[in-house]
Amino acid sequence: MHSFGYRLNGLLTFAVTILALMCVIASLSDNLNIPSPSAEIQIMNINWFQKQPKGSDEVILRMNISADLQSLFTWNTKQVFIFVAAEYETRKNSLNQVSLWDAIIPAKERAKFWIRSSNKYRFVDHGKNLRGKEFNLTLHWHVMPKTGKMFADKIVMSGYSLPEEYI
Amino acid sequence: MSYFTQNSLLSFLGYPVSLQTFLPLSAPSLHFTMDWQGQKLAEQIMQIMLLVFAVTAFVAGYVLGSFQMMVLVYAGGVTLTGLITIPNWPFFNRHPLNWLDPSEAEKHPKPQVTVSSKKKGFKK
Repeated sequence: MHSFGYRLNGLLTFAVTILALMCVIASLSDNLNIPSPSAEIQIMNINWFQKQPKGSDEVILRMNISADLQSLFTWNTKQVFIFVAAEYETRKNSLNQVSLWDAIIPAKERAKFWIRSSNKYRFVDHGKNLRGKEFNLTLHWHVMPKTGKMFADKIVMSGYSLPEEYI
Repeated sequence: MSYFTQNSLLSFLGYPVSLQTFLPLSAPSLHFTMDWQGQKLAEQIMQIMLLVFAVTAFVAGYVLGSFQMMVLVYAGGVTLTGLITIPNWPFFNRHPLNWLDPSEAEKHPKPQVTVSSKKKGFKK
């Protein structure tokens, strides 16, 4: 600690190191939070169900998504990214997942919501397997922190099915 | 912080300035320095203050549920610590070392080691 520059360097280095430690502890404190989210998705209508000219099935459906994700937010949360995916099984693949809709929730106040929307992204199959298909709708969320580890989980809702014939 | 701006102005104008003393080298009569005890004190104050502010900031942020509050309290603490420990304040110079003036040193030459006999004969 001899000169002005030496002391300034020492102070800044120590301060930044301690800041890094504070961020690690802040991230670890996220594990103390036990979330209890809830969600429900209703399919209001199937607007379109046809096979495309190239041969794959396509669905356009209208959903009513309601959820309460406020318990996911901590003091170290920047935003929560959520998306809805349809999951089903075919003869070729044991699991197909198609992302239908997503959103970013920037604050805890906006985490309790309902929204009516048609699927943002196309629900297209690899093939013509969707007639009469039973599928699950899963709501996934990624809790993005301000610093540290990101937590991801999902809710699986089952019991949805597509019509037997094309509309 | 007038002598900071004075120093930067002087260096900009081309005067030789020293970082340590923050004054032109051609004026050695005004020397702001820290002595050894002061340097140790400055380091101790810096480490303790930073740790205390880190703990305070974390607790404040956690209790208030605001990450921004933690960062703001900590940034304020770092600035305050810097203001106290980095400049050469007078209270860091309470045990100065008194170097002997060169002209005074010449008047007192270093003692020579002489080899002399221990017994001296006494003459009547």
